[in-house]
Amino acid sequence: MTNFLVVDDSGVIRKIARKMLEELGFAVAEACDGVDAIKACESAMPDAILLDWNMPNMDGITFIRALREKPEGEAPKVVFCTTESDFSHISAALEAGANEYIFKPFDMDTLRDKLSMAGVAA
Amino acid sequence: MNPQDLTHFATLLKARTGIEVDAQKDYLVQSRLATIAGTAGHESVDDLLRAIRTAPDERVLEAAIDAMTTNETLFFRDQTPFDHLRKIVLEPARRKGGTVRIWSAACSTGQEPYSIAMLWEEVAHHLPGVRLEIMATDYSNACLTKARAGIYSAFEVQRGLPVQKLMKHFEPDGPNWRVKDNLRQSITWRRHNLLDNPAAMGRFDVIFCRNVLIYFDRATRSKVFDNLNGQLKDDGYLILGASENVMGVTERFRGDASSPGLYVKTGLAAPMPRAVGA
Repeated sequence: MTNFLVVDDSGVIRKIARKMLEELGFAVAEACDGVDAIKACESAMPDAILLDWNMPNMDGITFIRALREKPEGEAPKVVFCTTESDFSHISAALEAGANEYIFKPFDMDTLRDKLSMAGVAA
Repeated sequence: MNPQDLTHFATLLKARTGIEVDAQKDYLVQSRLATIAGTAGHESVDDLLRAIRTAPDERVLEAAIDAMTTNETLFFRDQTPFDHLRKIVLEPARRKGGTVRIWSAACSTGQEPYSIAMLWEEVAHHLPGVRLEIMATDYSNACLTKARAGIYSAFEVQRGLPVQKLMKHFEPDGPNWRVKDNLRQSITWRRHNLLDNPAAMGRFDVIFCRNVLIYFDRATRSKVFDNLNGQLKDDGYLILGASENVMGVTERFRGDASSPGLYVKTGLAAPMPRAVGA
């Protein structure tokens, strides 16, 4: 089973993202910011990550840069999932190694499509 | 559900789309907006509607309105037709060169012709000597106006579109995204009723007529097939929606066995079939 890590400081969003991803057949773990997510990755590298941008302690862009430096850190597919929808944020995310980008809010069809585009399958 | 919040949202929905929702349909609002509420960070649909009334955020409102409509238009819908277009029509055109004419016959708000134009930009440099013409028509003036403008909300633009294509073919336009000028200008837009004679548009190598015939009765579908048959070149392809086919409606087209979803002309001038007992 594909292991997903949802990284978001909003408990509401983690909860609904977990529900949607589990419905799609993924095993889901959660982290509440970049620091928490790094620890989770060091403990068990996930296959895919749904990543918020703005979070306390460590934001999404800092996290993905740190992740991609790690041994095996190139492996997880990373899908940003954020309200940051301007050109510069998306460019920075792609340069840092993001595989896809979702604007909040989104629906199940969009999530399914974007995961498929990123090459993530349950 | 707070009546004041629901009324406020219903008023906005009616003004922007013409769709009416009253208190008796609050279950519909609840079911359609549950995911949007959650992914916007709200505990419930009630909280979402309250926020729309008291602290409006255009992006969230657009997503909520879009979720309330049954509009299923998205970029690169079903993908397979676009793969067929590339492999079966565009790449073989390299041998003989010339102009390939494509008609998006029910283009709605433009996602289909723009998808074709994006595909063409990606393959054109491999096909010297080939030119592409895209004609996009719809009956709805409102849809055509939006299609021509090429402006889509953040919610709409991510449906079916990989982020790399978004960055390549679109520009930010306030909270929205606008198709780049070169792409918009590569398409000819025209209002057209599928029941009217399309002869003035000339003949086409490929006609996309997807997900519109399902709204017509059998006699009307037959008439539309007659019209499409007249505008399709003898070696051309008709592309229907994934849930549509010609069976029992017309003998002018048959499925291409090697390429599901593609239809070719049979050359038969078949009369419109009558329903049993009619």
